[in-house]
Amino acid sequence: MRQIAIYGKGGIGKSTTTQNLVAGLAEAGKKVLIVGCDPKADSTRLMLHAKAQTTVMDLARDRGGVEELELGEVLMTGYRGVKCTESGGPEPGVGCAGRGVITAINFLEENGAYTPDLDFVFYDVLGDVVCGGFAMPMREKKAQEIYIVTSGEMMAMYAANNICKGIVKYAVSGGIRLGGLICNSRKVDKEYELIAALADKLGTHLIHFVPRDNVVQRAELKRMTVIEYEPQANQADEYRTLARKISENKNLVIPTPMTMDELEELLITYGFMDAEAGAAVRS
Amino acid sequence: MKTTEVKDFIEELLRAYPEKARKNRASHIAVKEAEPEVTAEDAGAPNCGTCAIKSNVKSIPGVMTARGCAYAGSKGVVWGPIRDMVHLSHGPVGCGYYSWSTRRNLAQGKPGVDNFVPFQFTSDFQEKDIVYGGAQKLEEICREIKTLFPEAKGISIQSECPIGLIGDDIEASAKAMQKELDLPVIPVRCEGFRGVSQSLGHHIANDSIRDHVLGKGKLPDPGPYDVAIIGDYNIGGDAWASRKIIEEMGLRVVAMWSGDGQIETMKQTHSVKINLIHCYRSMNYIARHMEEEYGIPWMEYNFFGPTKIEASVRAIAARFDGRIQENAEKVITKYKPAMEAVVSKYRPRLKGKRVMLYVGGLRPRHVIGAYEDLGMDIIGTGYEFGHADDYQRTLPQVGDGTVIYDDVSEYEMEELVRKLMPDLVASGIKEKYVFQKMGFAFRQMHSWDYSGPYHGYDGFPIFARDMDMAINSPTWKLVRAPWEKEAR
Repeated sequence: MRQIAIYGKGGIGKSTTTQNLVAGLAEAGKKVLIVGCDPKADSTRLMLHAKAQTTVMDLARDRGGVEELELGEVLMTGYRGVKCTESGGPEPGVGCAGRGVITAINFLEENGAYTPDLDFVFYDVLGDVVCGGFAMPMREKKAQEIYIVTSGEMMAMYAANNICKGIVKYAVSGGIRLGGLICNSRKVDKEYELIAALADKLGTHLIHFVPRDNVVQRAELKRMTVIEYEPQANQADEYRTLARKISENKNLVIPTPMTMDELEELLITYGFMDAEAGAAVRS
Repeated sequence: MKTTEVKDFIEELLRAYPEKARKNRASHIAVKEAEPEVTAEDAGAPNCGTCAIKSNVKSIPGVMTARGCAYAGSKGVVWGPIRDMVHLSHGPVGCGYYSWSTRRNLAQGKPGVDNFVPFQFTSDFQEKDIVYGGAQKLEEICREIKTLFPEAKGISIQSECPIGLIGDDIEASAKAMQKELDLPVIPVRCEGFRGVSQSLGHHIANDSIRDHVLGKGKLPDPGPYDVAIIGDYNIGGDAWASRKIIEEMGLRVVAMWSGDGQIETMKQTHSVKINLIHCYRSMNYIARHMEEEYGIPWMEYNFFGPTKIEASVRAIAARFDGRIQENAEKVITKYKPAMEAVVSKYRPRLKGKRVMLYVGGLRPRHVIGAYEDLGMDIIGTGYEFGHADDYQRTLPQVGDGTVIYDDVSEYEMEELVRKLMPDLVASGIKEKYVFQKMGFAFRQMHSWDYSGPYHGYDGFPIFARDMDMAINSPTWKLVRAPWEKEAR
């Protein structure tokens, strides 16, 4: 069983990318579990064709505690037998969503959600690792591999670099490794070159460049992955390729995060930011 | 023991620490030394090396400190004794449960009707309350309190650590509940991780009383002799013993802060003529506020032992007219024979006995006079959470050669006791059994060892009896280990 966590800036397309690539894996006969680690609980929507109705924490709240839950109540089966579960959590601005992730993952572990027949477990984690709870999947005996979804936009790259800093910390204590960057294209100038260079600087590789295609939007509206909605689409093949590359990936590293200056220099090199703007940011 | 020998010993015991810790701790321990000849220029200024003793800073991780936390200072000390309110320990169950009734602040009233001091109220946080926030639960609890205890005059919400960590808006909940239930509901941000000791909790609690209680009521019949007792927590009935004296002087005690206290009278305290402060450390904040905001003067007093009581009674009387001053003398005269009888009974048994103190807010200095009335000598004293102004007030009370220790660690205290060999160690529950097992007589000076009161004329005979009982117990002659030649 390979446990994989997907991180990246909020709104970058982690949930969409994860579910589409999982659909690719499932199509290839792999057994997969998706653990949504985001209070919004939208990490499994495309698999289940509906937003998960029963999340671990929501049910625990109703019942009084996770002790009152059965695994079957929060573990759903979606597209091609993909198992789906969501940690759930509070509305923005109240409580502690991070603690919710910790509680939910502990519950899943203790109640045998990680069965030996699984080939992959995917953790789809809230955009910003704001506290220890969202780093939970990186800890020892959880995910061993991380993929970061990014684009050529500066803040997405900035987030990717920060996530690498977190990985370094847990790489030492827990043995987690970076598997690569997934570029979810925003059609930024020289995006491929930029992310390839970013990957190089971070000591990893750009595992796949996912082009922008409106079919993704259409499929999402139908609550489906592209592979299910339009199996013949070029974009479906892109996700199949991503799934295959991840399946075959042996390039697992401890990343080498950059300083802010280095990151800006990279952007300047690829013409994304002219020298003048770079100076303004620095001052 | 010579001062230089004690100083050398302190230096030696601190060598057990790593260099950084050693330096830090060295600034917290001092020996009071004879003051050099006072010259004309510096007359009046404190003139000793020990005035600079470091205090009110973070304890060193790894040492065994006796300190508590901000929640302990707010719920345990300041708010908890107010008898007609429900004090809710808001968060997981442990903070409330393990602090339940440990302070022994007595209160009048019928438990569950107009006295909630014997109770423990907790919101008993579960995972779901942490993850989803505790606002809803808090509001439900407030409604339940109103239903189950309709006579409760208010609710204070004592925040435990998780409340601050998850960012619950208890102020909003309190406001909504206050409106809905037509009852004071007071949020207190006393999360335990704030500050270096319980001291910040006192301050936070004072501030919340200032913002939500003080000035909200009106004294119906203000008079010229109105006073408030501030900083007496009625441990074992202390505040009642103190109140008796003040009332016999002809003064009217309008409010008790907070031992046996009631929220209604606390609301009216801004109408008194003077605030009388016993525990300066935990309640000087509210007294200073009343001085600044309402022009009410405040003074410290000390009702431990006849000498200090007499001085305090006269000092309090001096703030009033001739009638009160006459009464004061009458009070002193009235109790003199009884006090002399106590002294003549116990002094011969206790004279020359040496005491080491380590307590909290006021006792490291306030009880010294009571011991001295019995002929006993204080050879060491210190505060768990004192500030510079506490040490300034302490130094004039102790003799040369007295060891002063701030936030003393268990290791330091044990070593100091071994070296100085006092006849009595007077400290708290965490110290009690350690020193008794070492063969030292011990009295708890936070809880009065389930005895009390020790304040006032009522308290002194009990204090004297208890100290005699501890020191002259035949037990200490029997604790010799078989391999030791003779008893210590």
